[in-house]
Amino acid sequence: MQQFVQQLLNGLFLGSIYALIALGYTMVYGVLRFINFAHGDVFMLGAFAGLYTQKALGPLMTSLPWPVSAALVLVISMATCAIAGIVIELLAYRPLRNRPRLNVLITAIGVSLFLEYTGQLVFGATQVPFPPLMPSHNVSGLGELTVTNVQVLVLLAAVGLMLGLRFVVMRTRLGLAMRAMSLNPTASSLMGVNNSIVISFTFGLGSALAAAGGIFYASLYPSIEPFMGIIPGLKAFVAAVLGGIGNIPGAALGGLIIGITETLVAGYSQKIGIPSGYKEGVAFVILILILIFKPSGLLGKVEREKV
Amino acid sequence: MMKYKAQIALLIALAVSLGLSMCSGQIDDYYLDILLNVGINITLAVSLNLVNGHTGQFSLGHAGFMSLGAYGASVFSLQMGDRLITVFGGQSVFATSVTFLIALTVGGVCAAACGWLVGVPSLRLRGDYLAIVTLGFNEIIRVVLQNTSGDGAFGGALGLKGIPLYTNIFWTFGVAAVTIYTISCMVNSTYGRGFLAVRDDEVAAEAMGVNTVRYKVTAFVLGAFFAGLAGGLYAHLRGTISPEGFNFLKSVDVVVIVILGGMGSTPGVVLAAIVLTLLNEKLRDFEQYRMVVFSLILIIMMIVRPQGLLPATLFQRRKNA
Repeated sequence: MQQFVQQLLNGLFLGSIYALIALGYTMVYGVLRFINFAHGDVFMLGAFAGLYTQKALGPLMTSLPWPVSAALVLVISMATCAIAGIVIELLAYRPLRNRPRLNVLITAIGVSLFLEYTGQLVFGATQVPFPPLMPSHNVSGLGELTVTNVQVLVLLAAVGLMLGLRFVVMRTRLGLAMRAMSLNPTASSLMGVNNSIVISFTFGLGSALAAAGGIFYASLYPSIEPFMGIIPGLKAFVAAVLGGIGNIPGAALGGLIIGITETLVAGYSQKIGIPSGYKEGVAFVILILILIFKPSGLLGKVEREKV
Repeated sequence: MMKYKAQIALLIALAVSLGLSMCSGQIDDYYLDILLNVGINITLAVSLNLVNGHTGQFSLGHAGFMSLGAYGASVFSLQMGDRLITVFGGQSVFATSVTFLIALTVGGVCAAACGWLVGVPSLRLRGDYLAIVTLGFNEIIRVVLQNTSGDGAFGGALGLKGIPLYTNIFWTFGVAAVTIYTISCMVNSTYGRGFLAVRDDEVAAEAMGVNTVRYKVTAFVLGAFFAGLAGGLYAHLRGTISPEGFNFLKSVDVVVIVILGGMGSTPGVVLAAIVLTLLNEKLRDFEQYRMVVFSLILIIMMIVRPQGLLPATLFQRRKNA
């Protein structure tokens, strides 16, 4: 039981990060109906932006109390990635707005590879340690469970960002425009919504969340490299599909499910007699199962194809 | 005479590669290696083109099928090879050739069987989803192979070594020629129009009575089979294989070839396979820039010339109106 709760908690922390990335996939899919393959690499960019911000701030980092400096790093990194996301959309995806979806998908793969290998040139190919944003210690009073304050803060911050996103999408004019566009882009533009601005905004928002995910991930697993975004990115995508792509609460739910399943498989692999390395494949097995049995996802709506 | 044009071309190609193979001793090892890589890449690209180009289904898991073929053929060669060679009367060109042919076929069939297993459920999906499922499948194969026991038949994360080096010009280009022949003839046949119909408009094709799922699965299985053959050739060229060598990026390499050549255009894809393999060699000194250049090629091609360098429309026969 002890071990089960521990694994569940670990899964929850990891899942909250997957959920943050998954939100970006789902939002972009909502407005543009395409999978932004490069999203996982924006996540990587976020982690590196955090690293370089820390380096640039240097002495300031140590003189400020850690909540301020950590927030500063987070905000700067999120802003950098928001801009990066908007630029990527502008340069690579916008020229293809009315082309077949396959072309956009291929471009997205191209952008993803471009970010990875340019990252390798700029940041170096080796693993870089990510300096901790705050002093880490175990949270006391939980019996034999080991939970660090970093993990708890990551979970709280992730939940906070998701609630913030919910507010933006449900309560602001731009959020309204996003929802209108995901319902029907032609009709929304006829109603006076500037679709291009909505798309840029969506990319910015999604990329900022991915950047936050990158910083959180780097705080939990403090070693970053230019290819770190591929696997979490794919898993987050699976999370988005699992929750029903285009559905924002679904992406959050999917992220948590993937995170928890993965840690449980890794934790219990010995008992059920499979190698723990199989946890890397879990997300994909879930993906294939969900696409076969419920392609619309857990919370998604069934879309009929019209001729 | 004209009726058998394709068959004659195939025979000529086989004869030429056999001839070249005879005098491969004259060729410098370095160039021979490049040449064999060109052949393997042609097979890979043309087979992926059947799925991605002609049938319009975007698969990102070609390296997965390649790895199945490579492992199938290698395990067969390593476990059964010696016994078979003795059956065929000891070490001789004939015995090794037959053994290699069987090993390659075993690899191809493994890949095709898996292609069928994956294809049947996942080909009901479209576009982006299919791309991700095939990618996921590629990852699953890799993870499973990596986690096999290190001293078992599959060699675990370190892979297999000591695979007999059977691959030569005849086998590489023979397989490439057969692949091109089979796929071109199939696509250009009456039956094969179904592939193009599925690509052009799936809903319309279905309404006209084309069994779209069956066409997609056929394309997938056939593509997987030839990818498996290419994998077998690759394994018997390198002598060592590891699961890491067949990752997502390997799949992307093949996708880049197909896109650069022109989806659905066999001559374009063959040309692109040659050009990109040579370019890869030339850029070896600039290894870190290579993928940056490739990714830019992908992005720019999609914006400027999505139909590829030699688009399929160039080769379509004019029809009388």
